Amino acid sequence: MELPVISNAAPPSAGGGCSESGCGTEADALSHLPDHIRSKVQDHPCYSEEAHHYFARMHVAVAPACNIQCNYCNRKYDCSNESRPGVVSELMTPDQAVKKTLAVAAAIPQMTVLGIAGPGDPLANPERTFETFRQLSEQAPDIKLCVSTNGLSLPDCVDELAKHNIDHVTITINCVDPEIGAKIYPWIFWENKRIRGVEGARILIEQQQKGLEMLTSRGILVKVNSVMIPGVNDQHLKEVSKIVKAKGAFLHNVMPLIAEAEHGTYYGIMGQPEPTPLELQALQDDCSGDMSMMRHCRQCRADAVGLLGEDRGDEFTLDKIDEMEVDYATAMVERAKVHEAITTELEMKRALKAAPRFDPDAPLEDEAAPATRNIRIAIATKGGGVINEHFGHAHEFLVYEVGPVEHRFLGHRKCTAYCMGDESCGDGETVLGGIIKSLEGVEVLLASKIGFEPWADLEKAGIQPNGEHAMEPIEDAIRAVYDEMAAAGKLDLPVTGASAQAA
Amino acid sequence: MSLEIVDACVGCFACEPLCPNKAISAVMQPGEPLFFINPDKCTECLGDHDLPQCAEICPIEAAIVDEYGEPLNPLGSLTGIPLHLLEQMREAECRQ
Repeated sequence: MELPVISNAAPPSAGGGCSESGCGTEADALSHLPDHIRSKVQDHPCYSEEAHHYFARMHVAVAPACNIQCNYCNRKYDCSNESRPGVVSELMTPDQAVKKTLAVAAAIPQMTVLGIAGPGDPLANPERTFETFRQLSEQAPDIKLCVSTNGLSLPDCVDELAKHNIDHVTITINCVDPEIGAKIYPWIFWENKRIRGVEGARILIEQQQKGLEMLTSRGILVKVNSVMIPGVNDQHLKEVSKIVKAKGAFLHNVMPLIAEAEHGTYYGIMGQPEPTPLELQALQDDCSGDMSMMRHCRQCRADAVGLLGEDRGDEFTLDKIDEMEVDYATAMVERAKVHEAITTELEMKRALKAAPRFDPDAPLEDEAAPATRNIRIAIATKGGGVINEHFGHAHEFLVYEVGPVEHRFLGHRKCTAYCMGDESCGDGETVLGGIIKSLEGVEVLLASKIGFEPWADLEKAGIQPNGEHAMEPIEDAIRAVYDEMAAAGKLDLPVTGASAQAA
Repeated sequence: MSLEIVDACVGCFACEPLCPNKAISAVMQPGEPLFFINPDKCTECLGDHDLPQCAEICPIEAAIVDEYGEPLNPLGSLTGIPLHLLEQMREAECRQ
């Protein structure tokens, strides 16, 4: 039986607009993109749900200054235990950043992408940012370079960005309406003055839109990040999505607001609510009618190192790098081999997925399938597309929506791992409560192993734990679980008056 | 006539390149504020800009003060967080 995947993109209109090979067959939000863009981004860990299990990224914190204030940011804090944008432990000079990048690239050959994302705004530190890019494009031509920005200085930097062969830029665009912007940005620094309120927001929005247009007209890929702030810009982001798509952004990443009081941000202190996972997902669904949405963003720190969701920054502190001798020419040969092996594996996986499968038990096509409802299934995985994580060790769960024939990846739900060590699970109960809350809307949980105690509590909360599919590919397992539940009549749609009559 | 950077500074470098007199430099001494304004060079931007540039871009309230010790960006003026909530937050930090 062929298992088409529910695409995140709009269904192709009759007559095309969608490349034959890609659409509907890749478990990826990138499938609808034109081939030349897809080939650029399908091996990028931050853009491709599939690639992020194999390729790693790193950020270097060379850009401390910022030229705007956002209500979700507090410039005072730096905590190494926190993982969120803008937070960083060790500020570096461009020379130090280049040394670190080469050291990481030699030690982790899967690292293909270097980004500058802060902790301030990279383009508000043009000298430091561009010096880092200039050295890296010379010394490590096999590393892709990316930059994120709030957009205020972007129009002035487009020429310089093009010069350093930076083909991916992320702009954070939270609004296109200055009135809404005034509730997100208290001030900007513009032409030697601090400009507050609606006027500041108007200038910022104008610059962001101008920068977006300039980049796309030069063929530089643009991703747009938006922070979903309930009651402030949540409904408005649908319009933002339409506009940035029309201007040529290739991907829209709607992220949830992080607003904890202890971070000391305006929103945190004022009690601004964060969106729930279901609210976030509903908004992502509403926006996806217009463009492809990114669902696997892990909201990294500005100095993160490694695969998405992991941070190996501690292995590459300035002291440790100082002691490392890096022979990059030799490393590059090794890196090329590793990249080739990964690409071959990914291509094989893609080909397998695209090939029609023969299933002797499959019902004939004209046989009416019984009407069953969609369910959400959560997966504990370490990566590689298989169910290979114990429930107690999981720091996040991937959530899929599964229907009678199709399924789609909805996003990840972060949590504190139930078993923090191998000793006692001291705070187990409260942690478990948090995990169950984060799994709102989920009916089945698949992990390689689940302990007796959490098992009972999950069941009580209406989430069926299941450890029978350990080490199986996620997509095969969720299909098997769905089919089994459907056969047992657990997923029958409630009989309405109309359908009862029809039957 | 000179401005001064005090302890509250987080060392974000935003002010340093803006100074028309190149009076601002990073300090690498523990116990000292992270940045320093050379009082012999600082003109508070008189003749160059309408307003002192370091204080205009500084994101941290009360990090830059004038010759009387008065902050150019008083508490609450940049974030809009009400003073009583800032006070509560500071008390919570002290208890930790």
